[in-house]
Amino acid sequence: MPKDVAIIGVGQSYFVRGYQGSIRELAFDAYSEAMKDAGIGPEDVGASMICTAPEYDKQRSPSGLIAEYLGLNPQPTFAIETVCSASTSGLKVAYSMIKSGLHDIVVVLGFQKMSEITSADSQERMGRGADIMWESPFGTMMPAYYALHARAHFNTYGSSEKDLALIRVKAAKYGQLNERAVFRKGVEFDQVINADAIASPLKKFDCCANADGSSCMILASADKAKEICKKPVWVMGVGSASAPMTMTGRDSLAGLNAAKEAAKTAYEMAGVSPQDIDVAEVHDCFTIAELMAYENLGFAEPGKGNELIQNGETYLGGKIPVNVDGGLLSKGHPIGATGGSQVRTIVLQLRDEAGDIQVPGAEIGLVHNIGGVGIYGNVVILGR
Amino acid sequence: MGFEKFGVVSFTAQTRASDFIDYLEKGEIRGTKCNLCGRVFFPPRADCSWCMSKDVEWIEIKGQGTLISFTKVNYAPTGFEGDVPYILALVDFDGIKVFGRLSKDLPEDSVKVGMALKVTPLALPEDKLTYEFLPA
Ligand SMILES: [Zn+2]
Repeated sequence: MPKDVAIIGVGQSYFVRGYQGSIRELAFDAYSEAMKDAGIGPEDVGASMICTAPEYDKQRSPSGLIAEYLGLNPQPTFAIETVCSASTSGLKVAYSMIKSGLHDIVVVLGFQKMSEITSADSQERMGRGADIMWESPFGTMMPAYYALHARAHFNTYGSSEKDLALIRVKAAKYGQLNERAVFRKGVEFDQVINADAIASPLKKFDCCANADGSSCMILASADKAKEICKKPVWVMGVGSASAPMTMTGRDSLAGLNAAKEAAKTAYEMAGVSPQDIDVAEVHDCFTIAELMAYENLGFAEPGKGNELIQNGETYLGGKIPVNVDGGLLSKGHPIGATGGSQVRTIVLQLRDEAGDIQVPGAEIGLVHNIGGVGIYGNVVILGR
Repeated sequence: MGFEKFGVVSFTAQTRASDFIDYLEKGEIRGTKCNLCGRVFFPPRADCSWCMSKDVEWIEIKGQGTLISFTKVNYAPTGFEGDVPYILALVDFDGIKVFGRLSKDLPEDSVKVGMALKVTPLALPEDKLTYEFLPA
């Protein structure tokens, strides 16, 4: 397996509703934890990638401000945006910079203070996350797009709302164990099924919550990692892909092609197959997204993803534990920070530091992070 | 100019595909076709990225389509609050896919994936225009 670039430090803020501080301070929460984890100082850092969905920021060009606040001048910094998958896109750029020899250590900082703007402003932006010429004028938003995929999946494969409800029940079980999650209550199957529809067939508990939060990953070259880090976690594979933003441009709505393509690249690069993955974090912004991920990542054949959740195979102790940190459904989804939070969970698993949710002996983990409704797909495979 | 007439809330005024609105006013839903490679585009494109060409003509989308998927939306973004609930749908017209809303007259429980639909222009308040799907 490739051992060229490692993750030597991870950090994450608490994911909360209404963070009582500025974006620079929110960024510092994850950054300071990751820097202490890595045991390095700002002078060791070669560059920083600041990952955010800037439509939520009042600060124009936040990378400049945040790099200054984190003590990362005069090193280069810039913003990375692929909506909800920004921080794993940042990981890929950092990987490339290190692999090419440009830098030895790169900081990837993801953040979002979704409460920075009013909920009216947020509603206004929500309608514009799609083709503004041909789709937004009909009144579209994220839940509706995933709902179209859910209905297509049901119709193509015979999956159902019950399968989706089982996914939410699992997320809520593990969310209760994660003190940094925004949603920490248990959720019963009947509650999910009987909740009000947001965009049919998706109901209230099929959708993740907005949150404010930050995440930080510190990547290093093999030489640096071996020199300063006791438990480096190696970036074995990085795949990323894109798919049409428009629904009309997609061959099928029963899966996400960007995820499939990204997974194929990542598995090839890492030299592993889906059966080799011991623990996974997938982008469950909606329950249907997790079901499609099972299939798009090859954990199940297309159309058989629901059997995994029906048989409890994605719980701890199952064939392939998925989102045992509660997932986006429980943690909340602070757009630019989400991918880094997923990576942190896997890094802790591979270092045997995951506590209550540790998968015993986990050697290889996978992160699936999706931007928009499958517009951008990133899959990262990590190994100890 | 002209494209700001499209839809309940329009976000784009200028496009080289704005003839779409003129055809819609005449009662026709049109896409475009590349005159070099013959590819058909809906939504209409002014440009063909396969041929690096701007030579396209307008062709009508008509006949019967098949419902691929739909969702009844109960919460809407800003500007659409007065419209909810409404049903968004993706319909396949022999390989040309069209995204839009189903007619308000169709109750959700009568809507089934695979049902036959046609697309027709719809006038909106304040001189705006769109199209909607009706049972074929
Ligand atoms: Zn052409």
